[in-house]
Amino acid sequence: MEVLFAALQAATLALILALLYRPLGDYLARTYTSDRDWRVERGFYRLIGVDPRAEQSWPAYLRGVLAFSLVGLLLVYALQRAQAVLPYSLGLPAVPEGLAFNTAASFVANTNWQSYSPELTVGYTVQLAGLAVQNFVSAAVGIAVAIALVRGFARHGSPTIGNFWVDLVRGCLRVLLPLAIVGAIVLLAGGVVQNFAGFTEVQTLSGGSQQLPGGPVASQEVIKLLGTNGGGFFNANSAHPFENPTAWTNLFEVVLMLAIPFALPRAFGRMVGSNKQGSAILAVMATLFVLSLVALSALEAAGRGTAPELAGGAMEGKETRFGIFGSALFGTTSTLTSTGAVNSMHDSYTALGGMLPMLNMMLGEVAPGGVGSGLYGMLVLAVIAVFIAGLLVGRTPEYLGKKIGPREIKLASLYILVTPTLVLAGTALSFALPGVREDVESTSIWNPGIHGMSEVLYAFTSASNNNGSAFAGLTANTPWFNVALGVAMLLGRFVPIVLVLALAGSLAAQRKVPATAGTLPTHRPQFVGLLLGVTVIVTALTYFPVLTLGPLAEGLN
Amino acid sequence: MSTTRSTLRTHWVALRAMLVLTLLLGVGYTAVVTGIGQFALPAQANGSLVRDADGAVVGSALVGQSFADAEGAPLPEWFQPRPSAAGDGYDGGASSGSNFGPENADLVAAITERQAAIGEADGVAPGEIPVDAVTASGSGLDPHISPAYARLQVARVAEARGLPETEVSALVERFVQGRDAGYLGDPTVNVLQLNLALAELVGD
Repeated sequence: MEVLFAALQAATLALILALLYRPLGDYLARTYTSDRDWRVERGFYRLIGVDPRAEQSWPAYLRGVLAFSLVGLLLVYALQRAQAVLPYSLGLPAVPEGLAFNTAASFVANTNWQSYSPELTVGYTVQLAGLAVQNFVSAAVGIAVAIALVRGFARHGSPTIGNFWVDLVRGCLRVLLPLAIVGAIVLLAGGVVQNFAGFTEVQTLSGGSQQLPGGPVASQEVIKLLGTNGGGFFNANSAHPFENPTAWTNLFEVVLMLAIPFALPRAFGRMVGSNKQGSAILAVMATLFVLSLVALSALEAAGRGTAPELAGGAMEGKETRFGIFGSALFGTTSTLTSTGAVNSMHDSYTALGGMLPMLNMMLGEVAPGGVGSGLYGMLVLAVIAVFIAGLLVGRTPEYLGKKIGPREIKLASLYILVTPTLVLAGTALSFALPGVREDVESTSIWNPGIHGMSEVLYAFTSASNNNGSAFAGLTANTPWFNVALGVAMLLGRFVPIVLVLALAGSLAAQRKVPATAGTLPTHRPQFVGLLLGVTVIVTALTYFPVLTLGPLAEGLN
Repeated sequence: MSTTRSTLRTHWVALRAMLVLTLLLGVGYTAVVTGIGQFALPAQANGSLVRDADGAVVGSALVGQSFADAEGAPLPEWFQPRPSAAGDGYDGGASSGSNFGPENADLVAAITERQAAIGEADGVAPGEIPVDAVTASGSGLDPHISPAYARLQVARVAEARGLPETEVSALVERFVQGRDAGYLGDPTVNVLQLNLALAELVGD
């Protein structure tokens, strides 16, 4: 019976996403190819002083991305440091330097890692003017970069890849804002709070007292999911009843996380002139998603491990209203996208179950991945896949009519090396640096033994992949983790973006190579299988050794 | 020189864009959603507050609360919620799970202890105790327990209140909430609402 209900819930999700795929994907494609500006957009361009018709080369586009993100970083940092004098700060003091840097990096990099406990650290003004705004714009930046790469494939002999400011503004105004308002109303109806009341003290039924929190939660909850950001208004994130009150809001929140990432392949197909190419990418993403969801659900339902077996199930850290499957569904979605929101505590999952969110992130978050970052990650893997296929049959690799030459393959290879380097180096340094190691072991790690090592590995995996979820027992508000994870988040976000935009520029400049009998078709099941294999093998070879030291050792013990 | 100027110009554009977007997406958007919430859905927007028969707010239908004495010992005349890792238990200002891993000795000890305590209070064997009764939720504010755990507490509550078991049992069944839409999530019992009805039953 339980399995049937779970299957029905998954089927409902699949149906909703299938219904959204075409209209939303087509809408995205139109949004980023239209040459008509809304009136409000024209006013916006005048205000900021850009010509919306001016096309940018990839370095100019990149300068826009970096400048905008740097300004965002400084603004979020400044807001936190000035919190004591801002209105609606609930009497909270300025956020300390290290934590403020970590949080600013985290939200600008679309990671939304939280070293802090929100209820005790940030007031409403920082939440809405700093964090909620980054939820919108960092997501819009991600989509913009993906669209720029798609233009690289779609254009021929072009020195330019679009205009960053136009892509940014349209992403915010035409895509995220309307969806966020609709989503916020749905969440409000479900019971998510939206007020400026601060904490209310009530006398409980049995005569005690309880602080009930308030806040502009619905407005932030919806964009945190829609933009695959993940930073909770409350410490417990989407496990908190005021962020995620019911089983149906839980499913709705899963839809919010997946809607744009799963529709982007359709937009990609439209823009390169072949919907089948989009469907092939979608097939890879969907297959990985289903496999991962089934695995996590089965592992959590089985409930192996000393504590779960004693208690009679893996319900530690899970909410009654969601149950095992509602928790596994949310956890899978959150870590296969770059969201990192949690509705259950991953630290308390069974040992092998807890490895699944890590594996999801290690895949590079491409199934379907974060808004934008999922698509560009998967397209980079597709470039690697055609290259490998080319090696096997001894032909010059091509993808969508573009030659994959030495420059393209160098950029793609560097791309897939960035996050593993950050994850493995970060984890290793945490245990290798004298001084740091003692601090990590005595202050930060919460669970003793092997599980503690998994907490650190999870933290660097999450930060470097811009996910933001955690084995939350880890105390990350220490000088080492605030700085190291902050740097990992920034490098993990912006180094790949540099490489992707360089790839976009190099592809756009090429003329179209006509397809011949020797061209590998990239819309057939054969290629879907190849791309799946490449994605899994790249991950497995990179991370298998470190996983054997953590969750595998714990789970097979 | 021209590179410096163009870099400076790009940052000036970026700064203006960020400020305009902050006004629009930070202030404007939040205000619109707050307006909609406060005018169209005020009960939900303000925390789904629950009042007792006298009209006094006793909590939120969505947020669990503690039914223990000042020392943290469970009060037998109330249905008990799940264990909580939020502060000292159901602290609305410190939502949190325990974050204990599956092999953590402290967690194993806590579960054993909870099973012993419930076994004694409700007169059942540890193997018969539902899992939600001995595990802390993710938020520490879980408002629900499983119907099985509610049913298990009927005899104790009835005895502590001097009520017939059948009456308390009927009350529990009235508060068993099925899955959303018949198949989403797990069946639940809202502890605060059940206890509120219990209090009204005896005119507490």
